[in-house]
Formats: sequence, C-alpha cells, structure tokens
Amino acid sequence: MGVKMMRMSKIVRISADLLYPFIVIFGWYVIMHGHLTPGGGFQGGAVVATGTALVIVAYSYQDIKTMINKTVLWFQESGGLMLFIGAGLGGLVIGFPFFYNWLANSGSLFGTTVIYGPNPGELNTAGFLPLMNIAVGTEVWGGLTMVLLYMLSGLEKREEA
Amino acid sequence: MRKAVTYVSLAIITIGLLMIPLGLEFGKPHHTDMDDYFLRFGQEQTATNNQCTSVTFDFRGFDTLGESTVLFTAVIGVALMFRRFYGGEDDADE
Repeated sequence: MGVKMMRMSKIVRISADLLYPFIVIFGWYVIMHGHLTPGGGFQGGAVVATGTALVIVAYSYQDIKTMINKTVLWFQESGGLMLFIGAGLGGLVIGFPFFYNWLANSGSLFGTTVIYGPNPGELNTAGFLPLMNIAVGTEVWGGLTMVLLYMLSGLEKREEA
Repeated sequence: MRKAVTYVSLAIITIGLLMIPLGLEFGKPHHTDMDDYFLRFGQEQTATNNQCTSVTFDFRGFDTLGESTVLFTAVIGVALMFRRFYGGEDDADE
C-alpha cells in the first residue's frame, strides 16, 4: 500500500478497544428494554452502531477491512427486516390479522400478562414487541455500519488520488 | 392565466389549512377517542408498560415497517453510490 495509513495513535486505538464492548452492551440493553424504558430498536441500534463507528474512526481502512466482514453486515440488515416482517406475518398463521400482537398475554415467550396501572414491569412481557425491537436494532446496526464503511472507502480512494 | 390559477388555488389551500389550527384553543387539546383508548387499554392489550413502544410497534406497526424499509433503501442507495470506491473492479467476493 502506497497510501499513508490513516489510523489514530495507540492511545485512541486501545481506548476504542476498551470502550467498544461497553457501548455494545449498553446498546443491547436499550434494545432489550425497549418495551419497559425509553428507547427501542432504532435508538439502541444507533448506539451499537456508534460503538462500531468508534472502532472505524480509530483504525485505518486497511485494518477495518480485515476486522469487519461486510457479508455479515448485509445478512444482519436483511435478516433484521425479514425478522420484522416475519413477526408480523406470524399472526396470519394462527388466524390473526397482519401485525397483530399474537404473543401478548399468551403465556409463552414474552407472554406474561400485565395489569392496568403502575407496576415495576417485567422483561418477559409485551408479546412480539421485543422481537420487533431486536429485528429493528439488528437492522439499524448493520445498516449504519454499512453506510459508514462505504463512505470511508470513498474517502480512502480520494486520499490516494 | 395558469399562473394566476396556481397562486389562487395555493392561497386557498394555505388559508384552509391555517383555519384548522387557528380554531383550536391553546392548552385544551382536541378530544379524540383514540388517545383515551390507548391510555386505557394499551397496557393490558399489548402487555407493555412503555406506551410509546406499544403505539409505534403495535398499533402503528405499518409505520415502523415503512421506516425500516426506508432505512434499508437508504443503505442500498449509499452502497450503490460508493460501490466503485469499495474494493473496485477486482473485488470478486461480492
């Protein structure tokens, strides 16, 4: 490579490595508690994508190319959307309309009932809303990272020319 | 002539749209059955404590589906725009 390596100093890289798991964990916390606390799939996915963006900023494009597999990101993005539509279509199989909350109050996965009024809340509630949050979060994570990767590749070629 | 018709119809539409919020009183939101229904039955029906999530993902699920599709399309558009920078022609794995 004749191009100057555009990576940051070792302090920034080590800090990004240390912070990355915590940002990902916090983002997944926001995604998983979307039906209890403020937040949800879009917000949590954006937080997780911020962690990936930190790593992308700290390292050079040559390092990123070996670290991040773009096929996995494509599968994340399309798989998230497919899971979203699939969760909506799941009600049709049982005999409910499209996008009916067919898991709520069913007693199975995420099916604990909730009574009217203030209550502390439980993670195993809300029917298919956690599934939707997970789907949207995965999609936003993959999509924003793809956008960052593609734009960074354009910057790299501009530096070369 | 055509210009005059355009301006007159634009003015009529603007005034008509402005009449709607001007008729409302500040501090007294217009009463609808929908918000009462969400507040009273949303928690039990969707088993969700966060009513924002229950509205965006359950009652208005189509809206969120459209948002996800918009994001998907935007990412595909960016990927098409920057495709020739990413890897170039000799990138055979895509």
